[in-house]
Amino acid sequence: MPEIIYQFYGGVHPPQAKISSQDAIVSAPLLERYVIPLQMHIGAPARLLVQKGNKVLRGQMLADASAFVSAPIHAPTSGLIKEVTTCLGVLGTQLPAVILESDGEDTPAEPLAPIPNWQDSAPADLLRRIGDAGIVGMGGAAFPTVIKLSPPPEKKIDTLIINGVECEPCLTADHRLMLESPDKIIAGMQICARILGVKRILLGIEKNKSDAVDLMRNKTQDTSIQVCALDVRYPQGAEKQLIYTLTKRKVPTGGLPMDIGCVVQNVASVYAIAEAVIDGTPLYQRITTVTGTPLQSPGNWRFRVGTPYAEAIRLAGGVTEDPVKIISGGPMMGVAVYSLDIPITKNTSGILLMSGAEVSQYQSKSCIRCGRCNDTCPMQLMPGILSVQIENESFDLAESWHVMDCMECGCCSYICPAGRPLVQHMRRAKADVTALHQAAKAAKAAKEAREAKEAAKEAKNSPASAPGKK
Amino acid sequence: MSENEIRMPDTSRLIVSSSPHFHTTDSVSKIMLWVIAALLPVTAVSVWHYGLPALEVIFFCTAGCVAVEVLCARLMRRPIEINDGSALVTGLLLGLNLPPGTPIWICLVGALLAIGLGKMVFGGIGCNPFNPAIVGRVGLLIAFPQTMNTWMTGPDAYTTATPLKMLSDAHLAGQEGATNAMSEMLSQVSYGDWLLLNQHGGSIGEISALALILGGILLIALNIIRWQIPFFYILTVAVFTGLAWLSDSSLYAPPQYHLLSGGLLLGAFFMATDMVTSPVSRTGAIVFAIGCGIITCVIRLWGSYPEGVSFAILIMNALTPLIDRMTAGKPFGAPKKKGLKL
Repeated sequence: MPEIIYQFYGGVHPPQAKISSQDAIVSAPLLERYVIPLQMHIGAPARLLVQKGNKVLRGQMLADASAFVSAPIHAPTSGLIKEVTTCLGVLGTQLPAVILESDGEDTPAEPLAPIPNWQDSAPADLLRRIGDAGIVGMGGAAFPTVIKLSPPPEKKIDTLIINGVECEPCLTADHRLMLESPDKIIAGMQICARILGVKRILLGIEKNKSDAVDLMRNKTQDTSIQVCALDVRYPQGAEKQLIYTLTKRKVPTGGLPMDIGCVVQNVASVYAIAEAVIDGTPLYQRITTVTGTPLQSPGNWRFRVGTPYAEAIRLAGGVTEDPVKIISGGPMMGVAVYSLDIPITKNTSGILLMSGAEVSQYQSKSCIRCGRCNDTCPMQLMPGILSVQIENESFDLAESWHVMDCMECGCCSYICPAGRPLVQHMRRAKADVTALHQAAKAAKAAKEAREAKEAAKEAKNSPASAPGKK
Repeated sequence: MSENEIRMPDTSRLIVSSSPHFHTTDSVSKIMLWVIAALLPVTAVSVWHYGLPALEVIFFCTAGCVAVEVLCARLMRRPIEINDGSALVTGLLLGLNLPPGTPIWICLVGALLAIGLGKMVFGGIGCNPFNPAIVGRVGLLIAFPQTMNTWMTGPDAYTTATPLKMLSDAHLAGQEGATNAMSEMLSQVSYGDWLLLNQHGGSIGEISALALILGGILLIALNIIRWQIPFFYILTVAVFTGLAWLSDSSLYAPPQYHLLSGGLLLGAFFMATDMVTSPVSRTGAIVFAIGCGIITCVIRLWGSYPEGVSFAILIMNALTPLIDRMTAGKPFGAPKKKGLKL
């Protein structure tokens, strides 16, 4: 089948700054202490299975996914549960967490049974394994993978898309993973395809990773996997934009990829799936890029979850100058953090340090209506007009101008010559509109309850009014 | 390297802000500087041709606009934002829209109208509904019609009859007079000279069509203005006047006459493209430009004013919010037929 690539609307070309792309992945040495949050995924925190003072082994389940949308958490090494407490998360909130003190032995627990002949296994067994191994979307959103891979039967899935785009500047973790473990990634894709029962598998990689494109093409020659080299344009790796680029299908607003027959998985996630299925290894480590000009020796490491950012920076040789910003993730959508006590979780794709010269600080000015945000918004919104509405707190107006479709990719803020904090405005409006809707829903429910109660009371007080019914 | 040599970051002064953490190096002042750069060729040609009378007008309009903005900002107790360069652009455009030799005090009144009434009363940059330079020009046109309609054709040579004025007078003279005037007028015109150096009289900025086009192309190449506005504006005028000419060439001038005369090129490349007062989307820009073209032609062919560019742009400025609403696209993936709140 010929490779047809469609062009998504908008996008920007920020500096690539992928300085770590030639640095091979190094396994981080064992630490004395890990801080393991019980919520590394979208959904409810996992339910704790261990207590303070328990001895645990590497890969042992520490918390399970009994809640509706959740994912289990496994011990990154063997040792003692020192404390059940809370820890600082990326978003600045306190998360329930356990402190694991390593015993230095790194003794593995009884592994999940490896399924080397997964080609013959039932999809349900493979799915159960993915759930038990605690796999979540490792590209950033951290949505439990098992849910993504079990669409309701009325949604017919015909295309599996693997996201190897890594369009965020600076990050190189997925790139290195594709170069160093192509076979595992291919196996992971095929496992996903078997679970979903799809034949068409598309792997999208940006052209700036031509070595990865060549290698994956080489390795997938005898398979049904199609490797697609994509133009370098942020946000090529955004789910809706990637689907459109590869299939020309548009995810409906407010809908999901499965509504148009697609499931998207990140390369790091499919790698983790292959490890869980073939080797029986649950997800307790990941590849993270630790990069930025202030670092002594930036690179890509395989960290165990629960590694504090400080240890990651220490591994990268510390700094040669004080950074002005430290970002969890990439520079376009990552979150600026203020503490290095935050632990690496299942979705920490990168830790980026920015120097004073790289951090632009500017005064926000009035919108001059240049329209560049319009030209770059991949969701085809009008960020400039929205931001003025939001400054005026006209949230209902902003909603009718589709603010809820904003995916916060950051193109508009990046391009704005007036330095307006457009994404921040969108976030504010989205939070406010959501709150308004919830309040309206609650008010409606309360009103209905009250009316039902009054009707019941009335019926009770005046039985004579309806004598004929007896 | 030993363990104790590792320097860890100082986290006490980290900046925490909303993503994205990269930002373009472009800024409002850079955009304005490019607009000024694009206006330099025509400014240079006019000063070279007219000499001091043009230089004076341009200087006092520009200085006047900056001074009025500073004054207004002071009175309004708002930060002075002349560094963004937008007052300079307004002043330069106002100067280029006046006849060479306009008295200095009229230039200063124009600056007051442009920045004071056209921009600062609405709250400064980004808030004005009308193009400030055009507000200034139209204000002067109404207040001082005599001055605003006396043109230099060269050093010490004056005329009150620009090509468009002659055309307008010819129309008013009725069928026979028009036919005579038209043929005489067209016989005087050399389009090549006109393109390079306008000898027929006009505003300072109408001196050289070529210099205007060069500047416009620079702005389009830099993606500072939307190419749709000059393209569809000029195209509309060409088609409209072309049809009129085809219908009766004894009464109507040929389209190339209309394209080169008056402020069409200056308006299409530099005035209608003002970002603040034109629609945000590219579809909206097309609607806006076609509207400008039609109104310009209607005024030129049938109105009592010889020139319609300023009025056309002002009227379309007023319609810009409406155009914005009507041309706002659907988000990616939205179902068809989902209108906006009007």
